[in-house]
Amino acid sequence: MRKFSIKKTLIVSLLLLFSIVSLLPLYWVFSTSLQLSSYQDDDLERTTSYVNANPPKMYPMGIPEYFEHWGKAREAEKNDDLEQATYHRDMMSYIVEDTFSGFKRLFSQNSMGMWFFNSLYIGIVVTVGVLLFDSMAGYVLAKKRFPGRNIIFWLIISTMMIPSQVTLVPMFIMVRDLGLMDTHWALILPDLSMVFGVFLMRQFMYSIPDELIEAAKIDGASEWRTYWSIVLPLAKPGLAALGIFTFMNVWNSFLWPIIVLNSANLYTLPVGLKTLQDANLADFKLLMSGAAIAAIPMIIVFLIFQRHFVKGLTLGGVKE
Amino acid sequence: MKGTNASITSNKNKGVWHSMKKNYAAYLFLLPKLTLFIVFIAIPVVWAFILSFQEYQIIGGNEWAGLSNYLSVFESEAFKKALLNTTIYTAVTVPFNVITALIAASLIHSLGRFAQGFFRAAFYLPTVASMVIIAMVWRWMYNYEFGLFNYVIGWFGFEPLNWLGQSNTALWAIIIMQMLIPFGVGIILYLASMSSISESLYEAATIDGANALQKWVKITVPMLKPSTVYLVLLSTIGSFQVFTQIILMTGGGPGYATETIVHLIYKTGFRDFEFGLAAAQSVVLFFIILVISILQYRALRHDE
Repeated sequence: MRKFSIKKTLIVSLLLLFSIVSLLPLYWVFSTSLQLSSYQDDDLERTTSYVNANPPKMYPMGIPEYFEHWGKAREAEKNDDLEQATYHRDMMSYIVEDTFSGFKRLFSQNSMGMWFFNSLYIGIVVTVGVLLFDSMAGYVLAKKRFPGRNIIFWLIISTMMIPSQVTLVPMFIMVRDLGLMDTHWALILPDLSMVFGVFLMRQFMYSIPDELIEAAKIDGASEWRTYWSIVLPLAKPGLAALGIFTFMNVWNSFLWPIIVLNSANLYTLPVGLKTLQDANLADFKLLMSGAAIAAIPMIIVFLIFQRHFVKGLTLGGVKE
Repeated sequence: MKGTNASITSNKNKGVWHSMKKNYAAYLFLLPKLTLFIVFIAIPVVWAFILSFQEYQIIGGNEWAGLSNYLSVFESEAFKKALLNTTIYTAVTVPFNVITALIAASLIHSLGRFAQGFFRAAFYLPTVASMVIIAMVWRWMYNYEFGLFNYVIGWFGFEPLNWLGQSNTALWAIIIMQMLIPFGVGIILYLASMSSISESLYEAATIDGANALQKWVKITVPMLKPSTVYLVLLSTIGSFQVFTQIILMTGGGPGYATETIVHLIYKTGFRDFEFGLAAAQSVVLFFIILVISILQYRALRHDE
């Protein structure tokens, strides 16, 4: 029994060490984004940047500094030293302001809000479209027998092997000739045509019992009605997994958007972040604030829908 | 499948027509996806092959160039360097990440439900963040003067290095970063497959007097082989397409020290606008990935 628990402690500490390494970069994004960027000592002689500090400050220094000034302000108030109290109170509000200044500059001097909105709405439009089109295609490919079914399926599946970079140049020419360059259509249409979901949906639809579909047909339901009110509700777990992955892919998509988008107000978050970095190479507080804003939604989505992530990965993976 | 296709194909044309008319709804269901697929995937794929044999002019027509694009691809120093870099990057990171995922998953699997959930989340969470974010923060962590990385390796007695700025360390900086990002997909897939290995196998081994390590080597690892094959293929394909880190952290430099195939395609196509050459490079990338996938699949499947 004793030996067992030593082993377990060892395993847990090893895994904890590994998870610290794995989570450290994300922690560093948030820590730097909230780090004090310029801070004056009490004697007003020296201005320190805790962002560019060697050795690095491991957490936002505004937190201890804030409480230090708070304590001093309280003390000064007790001693009726109004001048000192005001100074420390001012420092407290300065610290808060400086701590969040990266985020403020993102929204006031850059179009962060616009980029966020663009990413969000493109992600939603593509996800809804993919869920609808892929489940329709997956349904008939799994449950209907018609001439050409296998050819269509294998045609679609065989392109899954082709790296997406192969189509970059022709797609660029096509988008340009269609007059869609520097528009959101240039992102939405290609994203809607991704084929992975068809494969996933077809796999999933197989497990829906034929009897249910037959029964709906006998009851006189139209093909659309059968799909909409019998098949779709049964495919919910698969749809959830596909939806999350589609949204995540679109939200994080980078190579194609940097090729087709030129106007700053049309950028998605990843494109905006790249131009932000190009323009502020060494302003790491600003850059990490941008990175934090892009990371937060995906972290929230993951924490809420964790179960579906696992499901989607195992569905898309080996099912042998 | 289930004999129905055989009967369809053996029917006369008239039968096919009849069957198509009867199933018109199925075609309507397929229509939106199929249209998008044809326009934005099938046509561009075919077009890419055609373009790779052409000299593309922005104004005026395209001229046939025969194999000259392919010859320039293989003669160019940049492409050779990109191919070499991408290969080194893949050869180091893929085995390392798959093996660490296997070990991590095995350790996690031995724990209770709560701990399993916690570690699964801790290892998967960093992979939901966009590579753009990861690359930006690692560029900051690799900062020569103020970077966290130089500080941490200082604890172990290493001198600070200008990781991304020197041609002898830049590629390794990219590789180390990839090694330290947990292979979340791998861990989750391995965990799922492990829970489907039958307990009776382990019980039988225990009766035969096998210890934990022997059971792991003789039962767990072989039983997980399908997952391993899938993960190696998946991450090799992904690895050959490495791009985001490169453009955000080094721009392929210094010199060609971190040039990779996809970054080179990007530069050739969309900075220099040499469409024919970029198309040829991407076709070459496709065949490299295809050949490696087939070889890996065969090698890993060999003894079954």
